[in-house]
Amino acid sequence: MLELTEVQKRLIAEVADLHKVPMGAYNFRANGGLAGRNTTANIDIISKPDGSGIDIRIAPGTKNESVHIPVVLSESGLKETVYNDFYIGEGADVTIVAGCGIDNCGNQDSQHDGIHRFYVGKNAKVKYVEKHYGSGDGLGKRILNPVTEVYMEEGGSMEMEMAQIKGVDSTERTTLAELKKDARLVVRERLMTHGEQKALSVYKVVLQEEGGTADVVSRSVARDKSYQKFDACVIGNAKCKGHTECDSIIMDEGTILAVPSLEARHVDAELVHEAAIGKIAGEQLIKLMTLGLTEAEAEAEIIEGFLA
Amino acid sequence: MLELKNLSFSVDAEGEQKEIIHGLNLRVEDRKLMVITGPNGGGKSTLARLIAGIETPTAGQILLDGEDITGLGITERARRGIGFAFQQPVRFKGLSVLRLLRIAAGKDLSVSEACNYLAEVGLYARDYIHREVNASLSGGELKRIEIATVLARGSRLTVFDEPEAGIDLWSFQNLIRVFQSMRENIRDSAMIIISHQERILNIADEIAVLSGGRIERQGIRDEVFPALVGTEAAQDACARLK
Repeated sequence: MLELTEVQKRLIAEVADLHKVPMGAYNFRANGGLAGRNTTANIDIISKPDGSGIDIRIAPGTKNESVHIPVVLSESGLKETVYNDFYIGEGADVTIVAGCGIDNCGNQDSQHDGIHRFYVGKNAKVKYVEKHYGSGDGLGKRILNPVTEVYMEEGGSMEMEMAQIKGVDSTERTTLAELKKDARLVVRERLMTHGEQKALSVYKVVLQEEGGTADVVSRSVARDKSYQKFDACVIGNAKCKGHTECDSIIMDEGTILAVPSLEARHVDAELVHEAAIGKIAGEQLIKLMTLGLTEAEAEAEIIEGFLA
Repeated sequence: MLELKNLSFSVDAEGEQKEIIHGLNLRVEDRKLMVITGPNGGGKSTLARLIAGIETPTAGQILLDGEDITGLGITERARRGIGFAFQQPVRFKGLSVLRLLRIAAGKDLSVSEACNYLAEVGLYARDYIHREVNASLSGGELKRIEIATVLARGSRLTVFDEPEAGIDLWSFQNLIRVFQSMRENIRDSAMIIISHQERILNIADEIAVLSGGRIERQGIRDEVFPALVGTEAAQDACARLK
């Protein structure tokens, strides 16, 4: 059964909101090894023969089930690359909760590069939640470079919520998606960087066939001397609808580069992008201060709301 | 009781100090509703912001119940019981109406308590309570939410800066009811309303006319009001349509 240290339990609570062993299927990975696994009648989890990761197979028609696959690193100097492949059967409706927490108290860098591939079957519906979190006061960096690939069959639907609010020193996120007829992809990314952190987020969404829709929205806050780059490209190859938006609050000496782009290869491709970067408006702070908050409380309230 | 003593305020206009409030004296007793009127550009909104602590006077004193609060910031004044309703309400991406009302009340209001405040400003609460206070709301909706936050705050002295601006005619009566219910429900509460609307002047206990940064006249409504009718300081509800 599940054997985790206190630090690992805290990391899991941060990234997966889990305080005890979840219901349904799960695979817990800690410091590069398996810490616990459960499968169900409809959801199977199999280690890849070469040990490079896992395959998660969700049977067609599976309804209202969930899969949790949290990863925690609590040893300094650990570097790993993990391949997780999700096969979601036709007509299934499931929630997948991933997330990675790194606690690095040592002086060597800790790094987890997770490559997630989703094969979303015809008319299948997936809600995917991923949180990244870092803690520990060592000099070693906490590094996460997730790659997410999504291949969606006709009528498939996927909602992705991705959040990285605290403690990750360096991240380079790449998300690629290909949508067939009437498939629908919604992405909500929330990001906060502080200190000297660096975060790159790249999206490439291809609407291959008629009726595809994609909505990629990022909200971010860059504090201190941190750097963020948001690079989202939506490509329309057929009659489709695509929207990408990057909305950022810049603070202190932060830097934000937003590079939204669109590529239409069909006369009926309707594509829109929006990008806005600005500081917290003085009037917003004043309003909350007239309600009795201090300036610092008002700022925290505005950021929390913005990233909610 | 709020007292303003010899209050002056200057702004920096192209390198020169320009005084826009000149040695102003004003007293607002507990349980009184004072309407400050006067021509545009006369310093009304500036005076409201000086009372709330958003602007700092260049000279003079502000006293609340005898305590000198001139040096206190916005937060401290709010905590001592000064409320402020903005003329142009602020939008917040991501902050819900419910959250804003909870901040205003200073406690975790239940959803139904929060809804009551929205109902008081004539909004069908269930449609609004979980909405973000962002650009998807119309100017009139935002203004009513602004007034709901002031209601939830329940301050002893509330300053309204042109509360009727942006509100449609239907909710005008509603607005007046809100002022009346605040007077009844918040013990010993006083109100200062910046307005040149006849209907609001009509419910005042006292009226002060601010012109060119000076109080031109001040007194009980029945003494001051008749002379204002038909001037810029007392417009009827249709004046904005003309």
